[in-house]
Amino acid sequence: MADEKNDRLNPHPEKPGEAQRTGEDAPTLEQWTGATSSPQPMPQGGQAPATASPAPHPGATPLKPEEKETPKPAAHAPSKPAGPASQPWEDELVARLRARFGSGVREAGSYLGQNYLVLDPSIAYQSLALIHDEEEFEYLVDVTAVHYPERESPFEVVWILYSFAKNQRIRVKACYTEAEAAPSVVSLWATANWLEREVFDMFGIRFDGHPDLRRILLPDGWQGHPLRKDYGIIQQDQEWVKINLGIESGQ
Amino acid sequence: MSDLSKAPPGSTAHLDLDTPESQIQTYLHHGPAPPQDEKTYLDANELVLNMGPQHPSTHGVLRVILRLDGEKVLGTECIIGYLHRGVEKIAENRTYTMFNPYVDRMDYVAAISNGLGYCEAVEKLLNVQAPPRAQYIRVILAELNRLASHMLWLGTHALDIGAITPLFYTFRDREEILKIFEKYCGARLTTHAFRIGGCQYETYDGFEQDVIKFLKFVRPKIDEYEELLTTNRIWVERTRGVGVLSAADAIDFGVTGPVLRASGVQWDLRKAQPYAAYAQFDFEVPVGRNGDTYDRYIVRIAELRQSLRIIEQAVGAIPEGPIMGKVPKIMRPPVGEVYHSIEAPKGELGYFIVSDGSTQPWRVRVRPPSFVNLQALDKMVRGALVADVVAVIGTIDIVLGEVDR
Repeated sequence: MADEKNDRLNPHPEKPGEAQRTGEDAPTLEQWTGATSSPQPMPQGGQAPATASPAPHPGATPLKPEEKETPKPAAHAPSKPAGPASQPWEDELVARLRARFGSGVREAGSYLGQNYLVLDPSIAYQSLALIHDEEEFEYLVDVTAVHYPERESPFEVVWILYSFAKNQRIRVKACYTEAEAAPSVVSLWATANWLEREVFDMFGIRFDGHPDLRRILLPDGWQGHPLRKDYGIIQQDQEWVKINLGIESGQ
Repeated sequence: MSDLSKAPPGSTAHLDLDTPESQIQTYLHHGPAPPQDEKTYLDANELVLNMGPQHPSTHGVLRVILRLDGEKVLGTECIIGYLHRGVEKIAENRTYTMFNPYVDRMDYVAAISNGLGYCEAVEKLLNVQAPPRAQYIRVILAELNRLASHMLWLGTHALDIGAITPLFYTFRDREEILKIFEKYCGARLTTHAFRIGGCQYETYDGFEQDVIKFLKFVRPKIDEYEELLTTNRIWVERTRGVGVLSAADAIDFGVTGPVLRASGVQWDLRKAQPYAAYAQFDFEVPVGRNGDTYDRYIVRIAELRQSLRIIEQAVGAIPEGPIMGKVPKIMRPPVGEVYHSIEAPKGELGYFIVSDGSTQPWRVRVRPPSFVNLQALDKMVRGALVADVVAVIGTIDIVLGEVDR
């Protein structure tokens, strides 16, 4: 359990020996048995020694533990399928934001055809206001967050926006530390109210300017924010459970 | 009502929506606290009424605190989370494949749509595509599920308003859909019909005939629902002009699905950003004009007919071929993130998935249409009557399993 948790906290473990086994590059039977990539030197005269092909009874399995090791290099040669790389996103919207905020627009990219912006947290609100007021992104699809505990600013808040006029969807992201508060966009989109409350509930990220920042899904008195990575899957607020439900544990 | 300057013992008049939950609890258990100043007593005509969570018209465990002046609603507050199971947390501790059945349990009356959205999102992340045959099967089942979801909505919504007959009609017809689901994948409600990369099952012998038979059967039934309600005097009086949501407000509140379309915004993800095989079918997106409860009813009835149209086109043209695409046995999507959304019966159902390159997602966010739509309840019922609150909760078409996740 503890090992597994550590593993989850380290999102990009470099495990050199671990080959990516996909349907395509899974080693064939020949590879496993070393028939094709066997490092054994061919015996002179092109004749196999009697021991190498003893023609065992047909039911015998050809897989031997020591032979398994041989095809490994071949198997993990095309290791992780490097996903489609993130393309730079050049657009009038990006140009206007860059003109206004300069290097505050840290990254404008496109991954799998989906555009996203990474903003400096200090200009997040102004940029969102500009996108809402001048760029016709009148529909806030979602506000959510992702927790990366190993980063300096571990909380990445994600705003997903949609424009009916352009039929375009973009993601705006900004990273915050534990002490920082994200700007509330309730004044721009009314729908942000509950969505921000949920992010606060699950991650403990505060939203500056939110009219009513309370927990929404969990009970008001609950301690802890369950979608943080350091909150265990079966963890719960024991004290709350004891006082309010009158039982030792909810498990 | 008499003008009471001080609340009498036993009255809840001094509690209002701004009263913290802890104080309400204290009051309920220990009676009124001694007043600290005159402001503690608000307008004596105001009454705070608690509705739910155990109330048949809240469609599950939704608790609404109503602030009333007589019969008039001054404001509402929704208390949700009773069904919170931490689906998003579970996702981070399961592999991509293992999480698939969990999504069925969110909007449990439209499990097929949930599965479709999740599978397509992961497919996008893996950069694979379901083969055409699988996409056709998905469309047929998803549209059948939309019919089932709308039928269940119509029956319960009409029951809330006082029309009992439609409930029996719609449940009778929904049963036929569930029978097809059961024959296809063995389950009626939480179907888990799709896999990442395609479908789990080939269609059974006679699937097409069953669907065609069902289309023939259900077409006159929709007319029957309309006969019962569309021109029914009581129905019209109870729904027309009730819970009005303007187009601008609907967009501001992020409302999607039939609720948005009834407000006059012709937007449907199946048309705007077609997924699965929807680009190949001819259908219309019905819209309303007034954004009231009656228009939402009309829009959903029209959607039933459009769904029949889609199924009719799809069922005769299911292409031959495999039903599973080339997906790795152990899924490790490349590092990256993706947002994919579909038009679920209740609105835009989105999945935002972040992959760290391992077998388990780093983060799965579900954008639930019911949750977002429910937020507009307060806007829709302010100034209306208590009885209209019941009608409006019904018309939003929420499923608490999805609101709370």
